[in-house]
Amino acid sequence: MSATARLRLASARRDPLARRRLGWAITALVLLWPLLRLAEFHPATLADPANVHVMATFLGGFLPPSVQPDFLADLLKATLQTLAMATAGTALAFLIAVPLAFVATRSLSISAIGPADGRWVGRIVRQAVRSLMVFLRAVPEVVLALMFVRALGLGPAAGVLALAITYGGMLAKVYAEILESTDARPAQALLQAGCGRVATLCFGLLPLAAQEIVSYTVYRWECAVRAAVVMGFVGAGGLGQLMDQSLKMLSGGEVSSIALVFLALVMLADAISLVLRRVLA
Amino acid sequence: MTAARAYRGHRGAGIACVVAIGAAIVASFVYLGADFRGLVSEEGQQRMARFVAEFFPLDLSPPFVRQVGYAALQTLAVSLLGTVIAMIVGGLLALPAAGRLGRGAKWLARFVLNGLRSVPELVWAALMVLAAGLGPFAGTLALALHTTGVLGRLFAESLENASRAPEEALRDLGAGATARFVYGTLPLVGAQCLGYTLYRWEMNIRMAAILGFVGGGGLGQMLYFHLSLFQQAQAATVLVAMAILVLADDAISGAARKALGARAG
Repeated sequence: MSATARLRLASARRDPLARRRLGWAITALVLLWPLLRLAEFHPATLADPANVHVMATFLGGFLPPSVQPDFLADLLKATLQTLAMATAGTALAFLIAVPLAFVATRSLSISAIGPADGRWVGRIVRQAVRSLMVFLRAVPEVVLALMFVRALGLGPAAGVLALAITYGGMLAKVYAEILESTDARPAQALLQAGCGRVATLCFGLLPLAAQEIVSYTVYRWECAVRAAVVMGFVGAGGLGQLMDQSLKMLSGGEVSSIALVFLALVMLADAISLVLRRVLA
Repeated sequence: MTAARAYRGHRGAGIACVVAIGAAIVASFVYLGADFRGLVSEEGQQRMARFVAEFFPLDLSPPFVRQVGYAALQTLAVSLLGTVIAMIVGGLLALPAAGRLGRGAKWLARFVLNGLRSVPELVWAALMVLAAGLGPFAGTLALALHTTGVLGRLFAESLENASRAPEEALRDLGAGATARFVYGTLPLVGAQCLGYTLYRWEMNIRMAAILGFVGGGGLGQMLYFHLSLFQQAQAATVLVAMAILVLADDAISGAARKALGARAG
């Protein structure tokens, strides 16, 4: 091979973007350093003998899962409570969301179809309702549950209320978005023919949008089941609370039983949601 | 005829579903009934009103606000770091999970990813507090573990869907396995994977604020701490900071998505 050919080959082997990539990598590392400091990133603590010992005895207790009759009875009760919490919470959220979405949807505005006095009133009311929706979902449901537990005492009522508020805001926002993204022409025609808002919603928008609305609501229920488990950790009853207790007592067998039930519950919710969406949609 | 019957059957199933849902809702409220009585009673409402009133006025003294700001930064750092770790580990696990290293490795990787994904972040956090002690490090690990499961699966799916042609062309030119992947497939899936990662980061910011409840650092730990000491004014400030973080996260990601969508469209 001649010298020039070898030189050409060598230059072709060099990554043409090498310098730019190196620059990006250095920038990323410089940005990462304060992050590591802020997050108190100390991997060495994982190897700390005391921590390793606690973790090893705890994980060692995972097998076999606990099947004591008393505990199983508690587990069943907690599972039912979690399911009831998610269902009741989603139902209340639906009740909150429907009127909000009804008011907030622009394509249902009667004053918007022609020159009218009430135009700016309608706009202000819609904006106010939208702000209310933002306010409802501003605080995550677990945080709300934590607050409600302080106010109402331990138990699922706090969780249901927290779910109802946060998911009410979320459902309202999504319902309004779905209604506004469907074809507005049937609704406009009905409004211009003198229909009321309710009739316009039922006959102009819902026939086109109902499927999407139902399927999103069912999906939210599925999320609510997961959230209901998590909310137990702050004292809102159900599987989460049971798991929190077992974790604090470092009882590995109970934790593994609860985890198995939790997995089964999530899969069940998945399956139910799939069936419901297929049948209702 | 058959179409009509099929329609009738379908409608029957629909009605059955609606009835079942109604029954489930009623049963839920009946099952939880005892707990709700406290909520509707006058005494319960008074207690609630008193509780809410204790939060005002907010504690806005400069040192405390600085503390809250630091906790908010810590929450952001936890979410970003957890997501970055998950992106790297998830990417490494996605290669076997996409079936690039043989069938055995594929099933093993998928099993690991499913396991990581199906445990919620808060449960991982409770476990990590045992393994790493209280603090943001436990929160970071918890987020990283759950997000690895989610991102690994999404990455594996995009790898499987990517066209094989560029890699085959590079192989025919004599490129090695690493070069084939880095220059053949990575440019195809890179943008999509980055999109998934950003989306998860958005969710993780919200999650990182909550993980503190079980000892994962940041705003959540602060909120839990002040509520436990019945310092409602301080708790209210932390709550407002949390709401600002969540709403800003919402607005920025919404705007970014709109901008990217406009560019792509």
